[in-house]
Amino acid sequence: MFPEADEQGMPVLDLDSQKYIKIWQGPNHPGVTGNMSLELTISGDEIMHAKTHVGYLHRGFEKLFERRRYIQCFPTCIRMCVPEPDINEYNLARGTELLAGIDVPPMADWIRMLVLEMARLQVLLRMVPGQAGTIGLGLGAQWGLYYRELILDRFEELTGGRIYHMYILPGGVRGLLPDGFKDRLEDNLKKVESFMKDIDRLIYSNAVFKKRTKGIGIIPNDWIEPYGITGPVARAAGYQTDIRLDYPYLFYNQLEFDYNLEHESDVFARFRVRRKDVDTTVDLLRQIMAKMPDKGDFKAETPNVLHWKVPKGETIVRCESSRGEYTFYMVADGSMYPRRINLRGPSYTHAVAVLEKLLINANISDVSPIMVSLATCPPEIER
Amino acid sequence: MNELIDHIKARFPIYDVIESQPGQIFVSLEASKLIPMITSLKTNHGFTVLVIFTAVDWIEDDKFQITYVLNNPKEKQDLGIRVFIHRDDATMESIHHLWKHAATFQRELKEMFGIDFPGSPGVDDPFLLEGWDNIPPMRRDFDTKKYSEETYFPRPGRETNDPATFMKQTLYPDD
Repeated sequence: MFPEADEQGMPVLDLDSQKYIKIWQGPNHPGVTGNMSLELTISGDEIMHAKTHVGYLHRGFEKLFERRRYIQCFPTCIRMCVPEPDINEYNLARGTELLAGIDVPPMADWIRMLVLEMARLQVLLRMVPGQAGTIGLGLGAQWGLYYRELILDRFEELTGGRIYHMYILPGGVRGLLPDGFKDRLEDNLKKVESFMKDIDRLIYSNAVFKKRTKGIGIIPNDWIEPYGITGPVARAAGYQTDIRLDYPYLFYNQLEFDYNLEHESDVFARFRVRRKDVDTTVDLLRQIMAKMPDKGDFKAETPNVLHWKVPKGETIVRCESSRGEYTFYMVADGSMYPRRINLRGPSYTHAVAVLEKLLINANISDVSPIMVSLATCPPEIER
Repeated sequence: MNELIDHIKARFPIYDVIESQPGQIFVSLEASKLIPMITSLKTNHGFTVLVIFTAVDWIEDDKFQITYVLNNPKEKQDLGIRVFIHRDDATMESIHHLWKHAATFQRELKEMFGIDFPGSPGVDDPFLLEGWDNIPPMRRDFDTKKYSEETYFPRPGRETNDPATFMKQTLYPDD
């Protein structure tokens, strides 16, 4: 057995034996997602032990929430996930509505669903072509950014902001769709579809990409529940999970789609699931645009948000982000300030417990593809 | 879901049962009964996923509330279990033997709230804050403003003005 293990099963790694070297990957490293670092103990080019270090981005959001009124939490909460901020807005708005007992008009829920799917598409357009960058094929990432910008144009038109929107508020949304919005979005979707054919040729048919990603970073099926693995990572192991289908929120029960499953559970399978997610999202956006009403009330009456005392209670709200289940736990104490808002994002387990275990015996050049395939995002660990 | 609650009620002293949403129930329980109940829920009732594991500081009652939200993926049910422990003696039994990622939550709770989980792997390792020497920052008696004023000194050359007086002087200097 190499390396030798102690009584608790932990590897005995004596750095003075000159068999092992300790190196750090991150926090500033092109192959690391965001500001986190990995402390790797390697022997040759094989990883013997890995430890995740986070804390480079800690801004104390959950503490700040306790000192802010509910409406003041919105500009803070969206910063908990930079690539996909709308899921935070939705969860916080929905949680506040559930605690306060506010019914949202149907039109607002349709627009929210459109916004959430647009957010998913723009993050996938960065993630799917960008994932090959981890093995040196950076071309797709550059192409993908252009198509992501097209979706950001639609966001700018709809909300006024490109990255952070603050469009979803307690009670509904800030406005209706502008004239001709659907046509312009449809035009973008056609371009995205044609672009994804290029990506299929560039990445998914690429022999080097397949060779580097197949058979590495395999997550066994019996890890899913004990490690709390969710989203595309779980679906790549053949585990049926999608919050949109399992716990339908908004009007997802009126749309037709299915779980995107793969069974190999390696890095390639996870990339395949995300590729299928792009098609599903484009299809869902079309279904939403076809089924949503043209006009209607887009915001329910709420009390004055600056003096709003939300009744005592607690709730959990969950939605499906591009990376997996995104859950808020909210506790109200009857005052104008939330008592506690806790976020549990998919990276909380993917980037710490799962990654540390998955990297053992991996080759050092496979660290980045494995990490990116788990879509780790440090802000949602540090909050 | 009601059958399940009746079943649990017969075996464990739960109270404050509240249905916050359809398929989502919160119950309260004595801290000493948590491990038997949570083990039973996991092995016999299909609550195999740990979704939320966090604490709430009720400083006015001198208590910490620790919340465990378990999910049953087959029946699509959520069960939130609240236990209350004293703030002065903040120690709770570890559940790292039931869920592999529970050790991460416990490490964070130790650092942020000062709740100890003896026996949990790496619970004393710093999670986000290295070299922290103050009271755990998520406790409500930790004053962020006071801490930053004491720790980070204002740069020389900056002056602080009272907004009301400053605007009055700027807009109506003659009054």
